[in-house]
Amino acid sequence: MTTPLLEVADLAAGYDDALVLHGVSLTAAREQIVAIVGPNGAGKSTLLKAIYGLVRPRAGSVRLAGVDVTGERPDRLTRRGMGFVPQIDNVFPTLTVAENLHIGSLVLPRAERQAELERMLELFPLLAERRRQRAGSLSGGQRKLVALARALVARPQLLLLDEPSAGLSPLAIDLVFEKLLEIRALGIGVVMVEQNARRALALSDTGYVLDMGRNAHSGPGPALLDDPRVVELYLGGSRRTASSSTSTSTPSGMNPPTK
Amino acid sequence: MFSQLVVNGLVTGSVYAIAAVGVSLVYGILRLVNFAYGDMMAFGALVAYGCNGPLHQSMVVAALAGMAATALLALALDVALWKPLRARRAGFMSLFLASIGLALVLRQALLLAAGPQPEAYRVDPYRVFVIGSVRLSEAQTIAVATAAAAIVVVALFLARTTAGRVLRAMADDRTLAAVAGIDVARATRLAWAISGLLAGLAGVLAGLVEYSFTPDFGFQLLLPVFAAVVLGGIGSAYGALAGGLALGLAEELSTWSGFAGGVDPVYKPVVAFVLLALALLLRPQGLFGRARVA
Ligand SMILES: Nc1ncnc2c1ncn2[C@@H]1O[C@H](COP(=O)(O)OP(=O)(O)OP(=O)(O)O)[C@@H](O)[C@H]1O
Ligand SMILES: [Mg+2]
Repeated sequence: MTTPLLEVADLAAGYDDALVLHGVSLTAAREQIVAIVGPNGAGKSTLLKAIYGLVRPRAGSVRLAGVDVTGERPDRLTRRGMGFVPQIDNVFPTLTVAENLHIGSLVLPRAERQAELERMLELFPLLAERRRQRAGSLSGGQRKLVALARALVARPQLLLLDEPSAGLSPLAIDLVFEKLLEIRALGIGVVMVEQNARRALALSDTGYVLDMGRNAHSGPGPALLDDPRVVELYLGGSRRTASSSTSTSTPSGMNPPTK
Repeated sequence: MFSQLVVNGLVTGSVYAIAAVGVSLVYGILRLVNFAYGDMMAFGALVAYGCNGPLHQSMVVAALAGMAATALLALALDVALWKPLRARRAGFMSLFLASIGLALVLRQALLLAAGPQPEAYRVDPYRVFVIGSVRLSEAQTIAVATAAAAIVVVALFLARTTAGRVLRAMADDRTLAAVAGIDVARATRLAWAISGLLAGLAGVLAGLVEYSFTPDFGFQLLLPVFAAVVLGGIGSAYGALAGGLALGLAEELSTWSGFAGGVDPVYKPVVAFVLLALALLLRPQGLFGRARVA
């Protein structure tokens, strides 16, 4: 068996005196999308922060392509090829779009930065039009794209995304998820936390359901959508709505449908 | 008369501007209101005096030595004081109080080392340049020319260079900067070094403009410099430049007789603060600051 791209084992972490994660495990592979879903406060964001060295792990380990990187500093992880797009505050607001991407490209050898930047602007034509605009003046959806491009320009092997679709219009959500598929096709491993659980699980290769800082369920994403326990507990509504939503978008995946 | 005041205002304002950028850079990145900045300026001015007076170096060499020494002081203080405080997650107020303490220590140390007597650089106070109706002393000329050059260099550095961009990114969001792969500790040292260089330069220029200065003159400079920082929008380097120039001009122009007979020059600092209060009423985030949500 080859070593997985990301291997998180029994990770425990929290804030000051509150332990939030009580031993969470997950693995992710190249060219795969992993979706992490779960109720508000389950510890999804904390999990990504603990993997990324923004919250100090108390126990457990994080391995990137076989190398132990538990608790390593974020800038070092970025240099090792792990990218992260936070849930909020994910762009430099006073910098222009091009400057945001340039900052992201600094981990690359100098000679390769410009070419990589151009490639990103091709991948995100929307940003190319606005390359001289300050990121703070963009809409929420456009900022998400800037943040995504900022992380991608560093040519990561693995991308951690916290709620890539949160706060976006249905159209913008489509755009972001479409980009995720393109990113996967580039050979990058994607680990994302999503409120929009139905859509996230539908397009993911592997899904994890987190509850109260512990693994609750896991399996192939679409299979989780059909798992009655998952549906009952975390998706709300019946199996029928769950499976029919795999192709169409459903608003606010974590809430039970209003009657 | 009016144009003379404008020129005087630009001279004072450009010194404020340089110091204000130095304060603003560090505030933007560390959220540290450095109350010791005035005394760091005095330190630079005194080191330059040591080179220029007793050691008979040219003013240029002396100024460079003052700047370099102040940058080293800033870096040393980061290692000895600020870094340990950051590691203990000291809050805004603790950092502010620590900087007040540092200011007192620095000021007394400078007084002990240099003595309380006024010092003056070896420039000819009687050499005067006349341009039309405007008269500029040699010291004023040096100050305004150097300050203008420094302002252009700093503005270009921030706007065009990678290092300048990294500093602006850090000022926007320190955590995100680390996430984006920036070595935050290294960039912080860079910010201190630049802030120190600017403190040294501003100190030397202030010493030149005031002709003679005592080792504790930094404190009087601190208030207008802080006013300039706030006026420009705290944390915004470009704003600090504009705030400094605006403040210097306002101080001088307030004494113009065409302006309600002119304010007694003694009240220049009062004018500065009235202006600051008015500006903040109209635009609380400062001239160039961002309005903050929540
Ligand atoms: N900075 C913090 N300091 C203290 N406690 C925190 C902090 N951030 C989160 N928590 C707590 O940790 C728990 C998990 O939060 P986390 O943000 O990881 O949840 P989440 O699953 O991402 O939720 P959401 O779906 O709302 O984003 C919550 O109980 C929260 O109150
Ligand atoms: Mg979250």
